[in-house]
Amino acid sequence: MLQKFKKYAVSRRGRDSLLCFGIVLIAYIAVQAAIAGGALSSQMKGLLVPICAYVVMAISLNLTVGILGELSLGHAGFMSVGAFAGIVATTALAETIPSAPLRLAAAMLVGGLCAAVAGVLVGVPVLRLKGDYLAIVTLAFGEIIKNIVNVIYIGMDGRGLHFSLVTQNFTLEEGGKMIISGPIGVSGVKTLSTFTSGVVLILITVFFVLNLINSRAGRAIMSVRDNKIAADSIGISVTRYKLLAFVISAAFAGMAGTLYAMNFSTVTAAKFDFNTSILILVFVVLGGLGNIWGSIIAAALLTLLPELLREVGDYRMLIYAILLIGMMLFNNSKLKRRLMEQRSLKQMEKLEQAADGKEGA
Amino acid sequence: MSFLNHLISGISLGSIYAIIALGYTMVYGIAKMLNFAHGDVIMVGGYMCFCATIYLGWPAWAGIALAIAVCTVLGMAIERLAYKPLRMAPSLAVLITAIGVSYLLQNAALLIWGSSPKMFTSVVGGQPIALFGGQIMLAPVTLVTVLSCLVIMAALVLFTGHTKMGTAMRAVSEDKGAAQLMGINVNTTISMTFAIGSGLAAVAGVLLCSAYPTLMPTTGAMPGIKAFTAAVFGGIGSIPGAFVGGILLGVIEIFAKAYISTQLSDAIVFAVLIVVLLVKPDGLLGKRVSEKV
Repeated sequence: MLQKFKKYAVSRRGRDSLLCFGIVLIAYIAVQAAIAGGALSSQMKGLLVPICAYVVMAISLNLTVGILGELSLGHAGFMSVGAFAGIVATTALAETIPSAPLRLAAAMLVGGLCAAVAGVLVGVPVLRLKGDYLAIVTLAFGEIIKNIVNVIYIGMDGRGLHFSLVTQNFTLEEGGKMIISGPIGVSGVKTLSTFTSGVVLILITVFFVLNLINSRAGRAIMSVRDNKIAADSIGISVTRYKLLAFVISAAFAGMAGTLYAMNFSTVTAAKFDFNTSILILVFVVLGGLGNIWGSIIAAALLTLLPELLREVGDYRMLIYAILLIGMMLFNNSKLKRRLMEQRSLKQMEKLEQAADGKEGA
Repeated sequence: MSFLNHLISGISLGSIYAIIALGYTMVYGIAKMLNFAHGDVIMVGGYMCFCATIYLGWPAWAGIALAIAVCTVLGMAIERLAYKPLRMAPSLAVLITAIGVSYLLQNAALLIWGSSPKMFTSVVGGQPIALFGGQIMLAPVTLVTVLSCLVIMAALVLFTGHTKMGTAMRAVSEDKGAAQLMGINVNTTISMTFAIGSGLAAVAGVLLCSAYPTLMPTTGAMPGIKAFTAAVFGGIGSIPGAFVGGILLGVIEIFAKAYISTQLSDAIVFAVLIVVLLVKPDGLLGKRVSEKV
């Protein structure tokens, strides 16, 4: 049993999943302990759910950028779709499902589904393009989604849901209420998201994505990343697997969007703009492409960083920017390469010594 | 007549996009990187001109000269400090660094000038010219914008086509290694490209703020993205492409605002971009690069 576990933990697949689940669970226990001990400020508590949402966003974007190998600059668009679809779902289901956690779960499903549909609509044209052109088109789609959500009006009354674009051309019965009112967005929503629900969503995402990576489909997706032509020539349908990865990535972004939106009583479409997409891309790149636990740590730390830098006041975003540039420069510097070489040399020496030892015995 | 008026303001806005896109396309052509900090160099240019003319009381031409000088140096410094060490790095690392530089410039501007918008006074004075008995109003700044765009485009075409430095730039953009073997100083060439691109960004910044006179630390962000879109639209790396893309984008944006919906104008611009890229994946005037197996 122990032997089996050891073997699993040493394998790449086992190490990755143990690290992912371990980090999330340990962080969860630590935070719960800190809350119980009263060590968390209210600002920190307010950050818990957004951190969970960003972690899920980072994992899902990593699927597109790291595993599929296509740069997406419009991931916040899917978050937006999920956020607003989720809000409409919770309001519409308020009477059908009275239990808050169940309603949140249902809203996430609706949010994820809507984002997946958006993912198909965006993915079919986008994935035909390559490289920077693909990146700019995802950026364009992100902006289009933001603009469209910005002019959606949805209201609900006794007769059901009402919907209009650009201008509000419906009137609600007495007792009805507006859910989304254009650029003003959503206000007065009952917040349903909790830290626990966020962690559960992270765990589900990690479980799903890790299993996907280690499945037949996941290997096909990675083969498309590594060499499209080679993959094509051994009978892998490039378009199908590209779309599969892209849509799954969009669906999780939608769920993260629902989680994020249900944490605030007011949400506007402008929140999910280009800057948010970029923020999440930064998490993915700093965490390491294709590295799921790296994404988790990077998203959590970089969301906390501006908060931790609050002491330096106005300079915090400046320092954030300098740290960002510094990290990228260090990551690609000669200094780091030399350190890595030294480390692998030492490891090789160790292996050689171990081999010598065995021979001696 | 309102159609003509919209067309004129579209061409005017498009000329500004075109100037930014020209800088963008040159930098992209040679460094093969999405320089997200380009939009913020525009903002720095605007602030420099603002400070020179309002705080120091300099004449407009001196303000423009200062803006160009500062942005040129800034562009070269950014390239030297942030991008040059990453020349061998994966393109995503360079992209994130560019985003970092963009944050840096925006937040530095926020610290220096504050978040409240500054009212920019146009560098081109004078009364609007009335045509057709006052039915069409032509602001002098519009004329200057369109003219400078044309001059810049022509100058860039001549520069890249007929000077030693321009030829070197084309060579480096084609193949860095081969260019170096031919005795071209690659570092100087790339540095020069950034200098030219940033200088153009300064000009665009001054013209942008003259036409739309609110100046904030985030002023350059959206025009930067739009100009990048324009460059892709016309075929990135191509100078006439950036010009055509810029003008078209400006005209589409103003028409969408006037005839369809103000709120959806950006969505329409980006939708047109997507359609163009689907029909012509290399942009309107882009070069078709065949893929090697």
